[in-house]
Amino acid sequence: MNRIYILLGVLGIVALLAPFAGPFVILLLAHVLVLGIVAMSVDLLLGYTGLPSLGQAAYLGVGAYLTAILATKFGFGLGWDFWLVVMLGMAAGAATAAFFGLFAIRASGVYFLMITLALGMCVWGLAYRWNSLTGGDNGINMRGRPVFAGMRLADDLTFFYLVLGFFIASFFALHLLVSSPFGKSLVGIRERELRMRILGYNTWLHKYIAFVIAGAFGGLAGVLWAHLNGIVSPSDVLLPASVDVLLMVVLGGPGTLVGGLLGAGVVVFLREYLATLVQWWQYVLGAVYVLTILYLPGGIMGLFKGGKA
Amino acid sequence: MNRKLLAALAALALSTGASAQELKIGFLAPMTGIFAQIGKDMENGFQMYLDEQKGNFAGAKVTFIVEDEEGKPPVSVRKAEKLARQDQVQMMVGGLLASTGYAIAPVSTRLKTVYIPSVPAADDLTQRDLAQYPYMVRTGWTSSQPHHPLGRWACDNGYTRVVAIAADYAFGHEVVGGFQKVFEDCGGRIVQKIWPPLGTKDFGPYIPTIKQDADAIFSLMVGPMALQFPKQLAEAGIKKPIIGGGTSYDEFVLPSMGDEVLGHVSALQYSAALDTPKNREFVRKYREKYGKVPSYYSESNYTTAQMIHEVMKQTKGKWPGPEKFISLMVSLKLDAVRGPVRFDEMRNPIQNIYIKKVEKKKMFGYEKDELWNSVIQTYPDVSQFWTYGKDAFLKQPVYSRDFPPCKYCN
Repeated sequence: MNRIYILLGVLGIVALLAPFAGPFVILLLAHVLVLGIVAMSVDLLLGYTGLPSLGQAAYLGVGAYLTAILATKFGFGLGWDFWLVVMLGMAAGAATAAFFGLFAIRASGVYFLMITLALGMCVWGLAYRWNSLTGGDNGINMRGRPVFAGMRLADDLTFFYLVLGFFIASFFALHLLVSSPFGKSLVGIRERELRMRILGYNTWLHKYIAFVIAGAFGGLAGVLWAHLNGIVSPSDVLLPASVDVLLMVVLGGPGTLVGGLLGAGVVVFLREYLATLVQWWQYVLGAVYVLTILYLPGGIMGLFKGGKA
Repeated sequence: MNRKLLAALAALALSTGASAQELKIGFLAPMTGIFAQIGKDMENGFQMYLDEQKGNFAGAKVTFIVEDEEGKPPVSVRKAEKLARQDQVQMMVGGLLASTGYAIAPVSTRLKTVYIPSVPAADDLTQRDLAQYPYMVRTGWTSSQPHHPLGRWACDNGYTRVVAIAADYAFGHEVVGGFQKVFEDCGGRIVQKIWPPLGTKDFGPYIPTIKQDADAIFSLMVGPMALQFPKQLAEAGIKKPIIGGGTSYDEFVLPSMGDEVLGHVSALQYSAALDTPKNREFVRKYREKYGKVPSYYSESNYTTAQMIHEVMKQTKGKWPGPEKFISLMVSLKLDAVRGPVRFDEMRNPIQNIYIKKVEKKKMFGYEKDELWNSVIQTYPDVSQFWTYGKDAFLKQPVYSRDFPPCKYCN
């Protein structure tokens, strides 16, 4: 696959140039990568399985809150045990998705959209109202990033490389998944679920598994998200966060995995970087969305595909 | 060759000229989203003082960089990092919500940059958590600060049974907590607490549950909630006296209100109707420049700019470094627009608290009848600990939904 080499090349160049970028730009690059992981998990649902999820921020939130609570209440996850927290975060994301999936997978199309939205808001409600655990609307402030094996993640460049590593690992894991027979069955479900069912596939189970896996990657991104910002707040879990991720996928090109990263890059840099330069950044972002939907139904990745469908 | 040398010399001269004495101030306020207009009030206040000084604080040229924090804690962290690292500001000012204050303060500690929360009122920033934030000094208020005296005032004015209805988040909890603590210590009783979620527009489910035998209602509303609640209360025919938390009737919401709020009482460290020469002048100039009456958001940031200027006067325009700046700042005694202000040992202002009543009248020579927060009583030199003393006060937990407990609620 050419796309993968191009992606690796681009990431390699970014990694080489990163030490020369300003500190704020490095922070934004790390943002793009973390959101890129969430976007890929949404893409697994939207692009490959045909399930538009509007609640992906919930899993990110579960991972992030777990990380923050463990770190601040128990001092856990600030050394080698960071890797345990990564596992726990993925497990928590997957478990939440496994529970929500029982309700959500029954539906499809707009109904799936609405159910995932509602379930996502449940997580927000918990974060906002369970003051003793989550700090309510004040959120949780973390006291610093982990240190292990002589690596101080408090250094933004080091943290950026760690996030880059996680992104590449996630990308390959998900790429392997979608190229496997299981991945092909998901595409089959997206194209025509009834036919897949007649062929003897348990389509409910396939969709459910995809949903749980997406939740796990959401949880992973959450762990990184908490350490990236140093604060976890209910606004991380709010509806706009989920909408953003969905838009990133649509913008980048669903069904490509890479598209999620591209979309995240465009959105983060337009929003965070352009906003520091000009007041009218919102119009630019709006125009980009509208133009993409009007002229690039395949997203930005659609540009590279040429004539192939 | 000569020309090149000259050019190089000129460039050198220019660069030293520019770096002479500069003060970079990063300003965080919501510029988009539901709080955008409040953010505008904040920026206007600071900008007005800067314009009055022609952008020059005792010889230091002020660079004023405004960033949009969107009213969201994670965004404000990102913007604070941008200000401190990319723009290398000497200080960050602002933030709106209590949660934003909590989010920016650790950034200031981490990057050794001064942070001045001019609006965020979270009690613990300058109370139980102060030790974590050595580069922070607050110029605004703590949530409970004006509401301690208000509790006292309620006792003195014969109220004994009060129902509290307040927005359900940390700021609301702290405001109600402060009022309840003092009110119950002087013999009053909070007989019911109702917590509608932040952003509630329809109070239909809550108003009928208000206990009929209460003799007043204490309300804390924020933004659009403040407009809806008095209206719906009046429509429901409830004529009990209303005592309100500071933001329920601040000058940001007051111009949009109707006659239903006449006679409502609230407390804050500033009122646009404060009848002093300083404030009269401030209101006149602000109104001329921005076309509206200044709110406490504007005053707080105007005064913050003035305080920074006072410190810079002492150092003759040279940046003294964050530690020295904080220590100079907290030793200031200022005759500000809101009245005399000095700082307590926990870097929070000691200031007048005004008990205010909404009245319709002409003020400061303006021709039209308008709603004003007339000051009916002044509690001078109120500290964040009220009369309890620092140590005794800090022994109790921070005010929350369950503290002080509602002993008389059944």
